Amino acid sequence: MVTDHGYKCRITNIVPLSEHEKLFQLRIVDPHERALFTFRPGQFLMLDVPGYGEAPISISSATSNREFIELCIRKAGHVTSALFEAKQGAFIAVRGPFGTSFPMEAMQDSDVLLIAGGLGIAPLRAPLFWINDHRDHYRNVSFLYGAKEPSQMLFTYQFEEWKTVSHIDLHTIVEKPSDEWTGRTGMITSLFDDITIDPKNTWAIVCGPPVMFKFVCTHLDKLGIPMNRMFVSLERRMHCGMGKCCRCMVGSTFTCLDGPVFDYWSVMNLKEAI
Amino acid sequence: MIYKVISKPEFRAFVDALVRANTSYGPRQVDTDHNGEPIYQFMPVASADEIAFDYTVTTSSAKHLLMPFREELSKFSFKDKNWDQEVEYDAPPIVLFGLRPCDINAINILDEVMLKGPYPSPYYLARRKNTFIIGMDHLPLPDCFCRSMNKHTTDHGFNVFASDIGENYFLSINSSKAFNFLKEFETSDPTYEDDCKLIERRKLIKQSFKTNVEVTGLPMFLDLEFDSPIWEKWGDKCLNCGTCAMVCPTCYCYNMEEHLATDLESSSREKRLYSCNLIDFAEVTGGHNFRPKNGDRLKYRYYHHYRGFAVNDNQQICVGCNRCGRACLAGINPKDVINDLRLEKESCVTCVLPSPEKS
Repeated sequence: MVTDHGYKCRITNIVPLSEHEKLFQLRIVDPHERALFTFRPGQFLMLDVPGYGEAPISISSATSNREFIELCIRKAGHVTSALFEAKQGAFIAVRGPFGTSFPMEAMQDSDVLLIAGGLGIAPLRAPLFWINDHRDHYRNVSFLYGAKEPSQMLFTYQFEEWKTVSHIDLHTIVEKPSDEWTGRTGMITSLFDDITIDPKNTWAIVCGPPVMFKFVCTHLDKLGIPMNRMFVSLERRMHCGMGKCCRCMVGSTFTCLDGPVFDYWSVMNLKEAI
Repeated sequence: MIYKVISKPEFRAFVDALVRANTSYGPRQVDTDHNGEPIYQFMPVASADEIAFDYTVTTSSAKHLLMPFREELSKFSFKDKNWDQEVEYDAPPIVLFGLRPCDINAINILDEVMLKGPYPSPYYLARRKNTFIIGMDHLPLPDCFCRSMNKHTTDHGFNVFASDIGENYFLSINSSKAFNFLKEFETSDPTYEDDCKLIERRKLIKQSFKTNVEVTGLPMFLDLEFDSPIWEKWGDKCLNCGTCAMVCPTCYCYNMEEHLATDLESSSREKRLYSCNLIDFAEVTGGHNFRPKNGDRLKYRYYHHYRGFAVNDNQQICVGCNRCGRACLAGINPKDVINDLRLEKESCVTCVLPSPEKS
């Protein structure tokens, strides 16, 4: 199925998030396929817009949501631009899920630190939902989120729910504040001053633009979080998701098969990863 | 494996019968180069007379017969704001004649990549299952280095393999289909003398290699020399044309293209073989290129070929045919690049001070 055909989906809802990002809610048309489709937090799909092509997109929805798939998409290339023209009710397809996932079970009974930069919040929504579904299994959960400008902050309408219902310690920061912005200004690493970290008992998940990984992971390393407890989600060009097209190779491995989720120790051992 | 001996005229008759009855490809002379040397390619053949039995090497490998340069993966038809996807594995049976051991080993490597792992390729499988391969041994060209890669002999990946032992061919029969075909032709069991001739032939081939590339421990070398200046040096020569990947028997990277019909009622999704030396190979949407320099891209081709990737058990995928070296317009070839890389390391050794007791 995933090698040639995709699952046909109907776009059931489109939520504008910012100038360039929208949240697409998809529903797999065939009920049998819908029942078969499961994924883990951190995995991605090949989004298929017939007539235009495919693009790799991280899954942004809850694993417990068996009815809909949510994809947070930035209008950036050929395929995503075509998708932005689509209206509710249109048919597209998805192949997958592909790749590795965050070890949510291993993180149980520990503190969890989620760090997102810009569109990096998209793949982090799945582990956030997971934590919300199993909140008793995790200790303190902190979420550090940085964006270039306040207008580029995504999912702001869910912040309150994450804080009060999921009991997540949320900290936001922007590089370029607007007149209305009253929060922190600066680089995402300055948010570490706002939280207390128990390094021996903390797992970290980092996702953002390529330039962010080194700064953040080096900082976490200095704080004493073991490298095998830090996870990053890497972005690369992908055409197949199956380790065949070689476009996403990093070091001697494939982002689509052995990633996109890597622990930082593996990344350190991969040439050219970050 | 069953071994038989067949006379050369009888073998030719066997090949002739096979290619007349099936869609077949074999080595044919297509042109001559500027030195007057013949240029061979795997081309369609309709009889044994069209085949160059004594060919040296083809410019391109036989890869494109199993992995076409352009391959349609699926079709979409659009109607009433909806679409249907149609996938066909159109792979008529073909006979592939005259493959050398290194080319057969290359197909074995492609089998490893395409048919193993979590996502076997149904497109490749359809073609591979329908391909009948007849291999032939040969004396190497001066720049072949398959022996260095241990790919100058093969014991699987073919239906029949013919070794030249003078007046006869020594046949290794590796499939029931081939065995049944050969029943109609006159063959005999190998005698002790035939076995000796085969061993002599093997020795001769082994001793005929003039090019040796030292690949022992190369995966570690490549890791250690990741930031070596030699990549920039060779990268500066590279024209980013991708010729090396096109003629290579084991390069399998690809690009995807979508072609919308002008009537807007259908579109086709095509896979196109690509090269990691092409500029946009690792460029993502938004314009960020993970490998912006020539040297970075060239290094990755060597990385893939001589270090291997996890997907193919980290085995080296180069078979030492040197087609890339012959075809490169900039004169880049594996032997020189690898030797350069090793000299880089050896030059470090010369920097080590002698121990105090020796000075």
